[in-house]
Amino acid sequence: MTSEFAVEMRDVVKRFITPEGNEMAAVDHVTMQIKNGEFFSMLGSSGCGKTTSLRMVAGFEWPTEGEVYIEGKAMGHTPPFQRKVNTVFQSYALFQHLTVYQNLAFGLEMEGAGADEIKKRVGRALEMVQLTGMDRRKPKQLSGGQQQRVALARALVKTPDVLLLDEPLGALDLKLRKEMQLELKALQQQLGITFIYVTHDQEEALTMSDRIAVMSKGKVQQMGTPVEVYERPSNKFVADFIGESNFLEGKIKSISGNEASVFIPSLNAELVGMSISEGIVKGEEVNVCIRPEKIRIADKEAVNQNMFRATVTNTVYIGVDTKVFVDAHGAKLKIWEQNRISRLDPKSFYTVGQEVWLMLLPENTLVLKKD
Amino acid sequence: MNPFRRSPFVIIAAVLVYIFLYAPIVGLILYSFNASRTNVTFEGFIPAFSERVVMDGSLVKSSPCGPFHWYCDLAKNNDVAEAAGNTLKIAFVATIISTVIGTMSALALQRYNFKMKPFSQLSLYIPIVIPEIVMGIGILTLFSQVFGWANNAFNLVGDARLSLGIATVTVSHIAFMVPFVTLVVQARLQGFDKSYEEAAMDLGANEWTTFRRVTFPMILPGVMSGALLAFTLSLDDFVITFFTNGPGSTTLPIYVYGLLRRIITPQVNALSTVWILVVFLAVMALQILQNREQKPQH
Repeated sequence: MTSEFAVEMRDVVKRFITPEGNEMAAVDHVTMQIKNGEFFSMLGSSGCGKTTSLRMVAGFEWPTEGEVYIEGKAMGHTPPFQRKVNTVFQSYALFQHLTVYQNLAFGLEMEGAGADEIKKRVGRALEMVQLTGMDRRKPKQLSGGQQQRVALARALVKTPDVLLLDEPLGALDLKLRKEMQLELKALQQQLGITFIYVTHDQEEALTMSDRIAVMSKGKVQQMGTPVEVYERPSNKFVADFIGESNFLEGKIKSISGNEASVFIPSLNAELVGMSISEGIVKGEEVNVCIRPEKIRIADKEAVNQNMFRATVTNTVYIGVDTKVFVDAHGAKLKIWEQNRISRLDPKSFYTVGQEVWLMLLPENTLVLKKD
Repeated sequence: MNPFRRSPFVIIAAVLVYIFLYAPIVGLILYSFNASRTNVTFEGFIPAFSERVVMDGSLVKSSPCGPFHWYCDLAKNNDVAEAAGNTLKIAFVATIISTVIGTMSALALQRYNFKMKPFSQLSLYIPIVIPEIVMGIGILTLFSQVFGWANNAFNLVGDARLSLGIATVTVSHIAFMVPFVTLVVQARLQGFDKSYEEAAMDLGANEWTTFRRVTFPMILPGVMSGALLAFTLSLDDFVITFFTNGPGSTTLPIYVYGLLRRIITPQVNALSTVWILVVFLAVMALQILQNREQKPQH
């Protein structure tokens, strides 16, 4: 019987002893359920525990506490060569002394496949990554992108239940990386196998993933679809790590139902009609978070309660957007204005020193607990 | 252009270095054709081939082998053949065993952290830095103590008595070669990424298969240079062999030393020339093999 989840981590802790002799939790009580056929990313900066988590799934590390399940089976101390998962390494780890063909055949030989079957499956895998005809080359004779494809084919030729990818595109240049992102996603959908993808690149994670686990300091900060983690970050770390955000410190003044009004000392004003998450109480100190592209700028005051006067302090034209930096009663905010109209006249852009009105719509604004 | 490339000083320095390095060898080879029996001055080549050796004082006038008189002399010398046989036997066995031990210890030191690791690492240098003579005396003392005790304890008599011989020389060679092999292999392992092994295991290979199919082929060049170093160290070791050899285990260096103490004839030069030639061919063959290995295949 196969499980609903391809991979499950239950309350997993991994502690290391640092060279100084201290104990450090690289992974700190992580619980994740990764569904069959899902493209799941672990996103975070270096040292957040994402690679260690992946290595525990692969079997290169064993959890100090908790348990990793693959297809519903507890893995315990099962060695890597007995797990039905395969890994694409960041360094590719192609066997330099073997040809491309021998690299791909290696895993099949370990399964005890016959020569004819190996030939057929290796041929198909090479075709899949568009490397037909390269089978007699040595890894050193291939470009970075080709090596990456060999690494991918070597893992996929084993037809694993789950493919683990540890920053596989990290060594490629930007253009190739973007191409490979789309290719990988298409491949995953075509094969229907579960991908667990580790990356520090938020754009990469947003582009490819069905779900993302945002990690920091060994903990999962938020798990959700790309839309959820961008539009509804659950805390200040996620709001700051994924995309950019403006933060205003405030205090809950009153709550009625799901709505609250928040007093912002730096604006010396109240934001009303804010929706709040559970557990926030009256009088609590909060962070009000709004994305730079979600602040509206108006020339004059309209009938809206959440409007504030501000002065433009700087503008930067970057093609797609114009970045407008403003100062509202001492609160510094950044605003991305999309350049939707083609224009040249400098007067049609905001200028430094110009007085503007900012509109913070409640539906675009998040009230977050203080960390 | 590099301004130093044209400088005559560079060329002069290079020539001097080459003279310094190779003049003794060239001289040695030249003297192996010396007509003089005493080998103090070069008296010219032995001129003529003849039925038998004709001597004029200490000068060889003619010989059945002509200029190669001393080589023929050498070929007739059974002691040399025996010494050469011993030397190769010892070198082969000691190289294989010390390469296995050295490679294993290099792998252990590279990948595991254990309490005594700094000590283990440091202890590798001790046999390298202490004077060879100290080590030779040490090993000799050890052998004579242990053998004396064992011979008494088990009442060993006649041929059963433990004594110095090929075995003790081989064991001593292994003892001083292991650190060299370990350090050479360790240096080559620095760049060895453990993700290769993880990849092999990830693809379904167990520990032993991973070592056999991935780790060993990848570190083989390092192991080979370690083995080659060990082999040459064993071939020309004098000091330790001097202390640990016994009857019937004379090696070439010991034999040459013995010859020199009696009378220096160009036979020694002939022997040395053959020796140099063999080593030179071996190194060349290894180089060619390694180059062929590294050459990209199309």
